[in-house]
Amino acid sequence: MKRIKETFQTKNNILNIYVTAGFPKLNDTVEIVQELARNEVDMIEIGMPFSDPLADGPTIQNSSEIAIKNGITLDFIFNQIIEIRKTVSIPIILMGYYNQVLQYGAKSFFKKAKRVGVDGFIIPDLPLDIYQKKHKTILNDLELDMIFLITPQTTDERIRLLDGQSSGFLYLVSSYAITGSKSDLQQNQIDYFKRIQNLSLKNSKLIGFGISNKESFNTACNYAEGAIIGSAFIKALKDSNNLKESISNFVKGIKG
Amino acid sequence: MNIDNNGFYGDFGGAFIPEMLYHNVNELKENYLQIIESESFKKEFKYLLKEYVGRPTPLYFAKRLSKKYNTNVFLKREDLNHTGAHKINNTIGQILVAKQMNKKRIIAETGAGQHGVATATVCALMGLQCIVYMGEVDIKRQAPNVARMKMLGAEVRPAVSGSKTLKDATNEAIRDWIANPVDTYYLIGSVVGPHPYPDMVARFQSIISEEMKMQLQEKTGRDYPDRIIACVGGGSNAAGAFYHYLGNEKVELIAVEADGLGITSGETAATTQVGSEGIIHGSKTLLMQNNEGQITEPYSISAGLDYPGVGPLHAHLFKSGRGTFLGATDQEALDAAYELTKLEGIIPALESAHALAALRKIDFNANENVVINLSGRGDKDMETYIRMIQ
Repeated sequence: MKRIKETFQTKNNILNIYVTAGFPKLNDTVEIVQELARNEVDMIEIGMPFSDPLADGPTIQNSSEIAIKNGITLDFIFNQIIEIRKTVSIPIILMGYYNQVLQYGAKSFFKKAKRVGVDGFIIPDLPLDIYQKKHKTILNDLELDMIFLITPQTTDERIRLLDGQSSGFLYLVSSYAITGSKSDLQQNQIDYFKRIQNLSLKNSKLIGFGISNKESFNTACNYAEGAIIGSAFIKALKDSNNLKESISNFVKGIKG
Repeated sequence: MNIDNNGFYGDFGGAFIPEMLYHNVNELKENYLQIIESESFKKEFKYLLKEYVGRPTPLYFAKRLSKKYNTNVFLKREDLNHTGAHKINNTIGQILVAKQMNKKRIIAETGAGQHGVATATVCALMGLQCIVYMGEVDIKRQAPNVARMKMLGAEVRPAVSGSKTLKDATNEAIRDWIANPVDTYYLIGSVVGPHPYPDMVARFQSIISEEMKMQLQEKTGRDYPDRIIACVGGGSNAAGAFYHYLGNEKVELIAVEADGLGITSGETAATTQVGSEGIIHGSKTLLMQNNEGQITEPYSISAGLDYPGVGPLHAHLFKSGRGTFLGATDQEALDAAYELTKLEGIIPALESAHALAALRKIDFNANENVVINLSGRGDKDMETYIRMIQ
């Protein structure tokens, strides 16, 4: 719980980068995350590749398919995080789907994640009531964060409910779209960010979905504590001949 | 046997959906019962089922088949519905719900194309825009149904992700719904997906057993049979055939899954036999997966049974022991299809042929009444039948 909280207390304009574990090559993930940290990215979201990722767009789904073919498993990801944690101290969030957690065994999954140095989770298809009934206690005991999503269609009442249950931060889905499908932020999205600002929520907020360049990142930072970039980074990795260089250029292109 | 307040049949069901779908699913959940229980809805639904679909479908006493198996076999003739299968019972119901909710754009997923055709049909009937997601692989192997959907005015969009079949078409349809939450209605084709879909689709298909009760009373002097046999992919025709007998323990409910090349072959769609509990398409149920929770690809000669999960109702029938689950291989289904054709002059859909194949696997008493739900006709499968006969 500490790392995420501290990051929001000490930093502004937080850049959270999403990377699919086991992509483009099975063993690339450790180096990618180390490079992101070296380039002063503030937070890392590691995607656990899933065969049927309902909340992801084609770019991330495609990277997940490749990673699964590469042979990625949850234990493999945990071992990668052990390696990463030898040099990287920024927060690491695991993103994946509830079926993966259930098949691993929820208790073992959360305990193992804690042991290797994970700070929080985004599990988009985990219903709020099931989280409260079955998993909240253990996450609290382990001091791990569960991050919930809100969308332009989420009512104020429900936003307050999700804010009450979320810890770490709230993930503001920027638009109706699935990941990676819009190129810049529209006025109706900005109206939605303003609506959320006026609710004075307890959690910090990061904006995700559709953040792909310096311009959209800066806009997002006007309305939240920072933003999450996924598909645009995965595209950069996919087209890369030199991971180190591509990562450095990508981050400079956003934050520089 | 009914769902609880959270949409669960025992351990199975619920709505395991990302927040992006919460509003849409919740809107439907809050409204569906009120809509479908209103007098005006019931009146229009019944009217269309009678005048447009051609219901009630006959409960046909299959004399020669009965003689062969030394028991009384009745066929519930869903194959005689408009568009050739039970699927239209559901699409008529849901299109009326969509209209009540003022939705202008209809999306659907389809595997073999039967649900796609039934959806395109009701969209043409109502003058609504229709987009059908279909796996790229299925588009190639089900060309006649693709042509039918297009002629009916639907746009058929290929699903190119994953295995490019039904499961991926479903993912794409769900994504479309996420991207178009305001004007779009997702017309799901089976008793699968997040609550309230399994319950709503089962209610629309329950017309099958509702008619069966009256027809059995008339033909046998008793409104229930000893056994009902139906095939199960996602499970909508079985849900409809079982529905009014779920609470009547005197009726054995027999679900027949597609064993494909055999349940130990790795090429099968027999979810209850090779699957385990997990989450697929927003529902907790039984599904085919590896130990990492990755959903695996099913196989069956019948595209309509080629789904890696079963609806939560069926998972509950299996786990509670209320249902009997059997399987039929590709070959057994083909044999049963030829047998019905020769003995009764009815060419069944390959899906329904799996239910017929169960006749050889059961020891009947001489005077039992057995209903087989003949869910669809075989026109769409002629290419396979011709290829296999040679």
